[in-house]
Amino acid sequence: MSLPFILFFVFAFVSIAGALLLILAREPIHSALALILVMMSLAVLYLMLGAEFIAAVQIIVYAGAIMVLFVFVIMLLNAGSEERTDFSKIAKYAGLPLGIFLLLELAHWMAHSLIGTTPANGAGSANVMVSTRELSLQLFQKYLFPFEATSILILIAILGALVLAKRDE
Amino acid sequence: MSVVPVSYYLVLSAILFGFGVVAFVFKRNIITIFMAIELMLNAVNLAFVAFARAWNQLDGLVFVFFVIVVAAAEAAVGLAIAITIYQNRRSLNIERVNLLKF
Repeated sequence: MSLPFILFFVFAFVSIAGALLLILAREPIHSALALILVMMSLAVLYLMLGAEFIAAVQIIVYAGAIMVLFVFVIMLLNAGSEERTDFSKIAKYAGLPLGIFLLLELAHWMAHSLIGTTPANGAGSANVMVSTRELSLQLFQKYLFPFEATSILILIAILGALVLAKRDE
Repeated sequence: MSVVPVSYYLVLSAILFGFGVVAFVFKRNIITIFMAIELMLNAVNLAFVAFARAWNQLDGLVFVFFVIVVAAAEAAVGLAIAITIYQNRRSLNIERVNLLKF
């Protein structure tokens, strides 16, 4: 077994363990830390797939900015341990079987997909190296309009957050 | 450089998405439910990057960029909604927010 396989399985295991921890933890802050673990290991997997810029953005924006926002709100609202309620019968009896069914279904079809056995950037496709330069050229030429549209989206999000979080006088 | 088959990444993405769905259904804290949504978005991002690598197309990476931006906007507005719910209900439990429930 070569080094890429070992790295992949180590970080896949870490991310799956983090996702399980997110489900099993009762304190929201533990769930947040588990999610940071998942995001960090996914950043390593992005590096292995040759997407350096996405890996950096994953760490800076996701694990940095968004998760700090989550942790800040958890601290602000003093969110303690989750109380157990049994109100939702549907979630209790149908949630786990349906979730596992969806998981198996997705995993099955993805494993047997058209490109299932294609090595990621293997011997046959090693000629094209995705660089940050090419990515930014694509972003600012082909996807210029969506890029500008996202700035308006962020502006609306800022205004919405301000309006919602403002205390009524 | 990586020689791991793309299907491995896709299966990992499916497993993470499934865990995200399970967390979304099972969790009762509204902040943790948002985290489950973020987990699902992360799983989709991994599938995008794996497909981009498999087809040697940059479009998948650009899509990941946009998904991250939308996730940031969604987290900002969603957490503001969580703060508002807490101010009104004094609880983060999603079961206590049932005025619109049929």
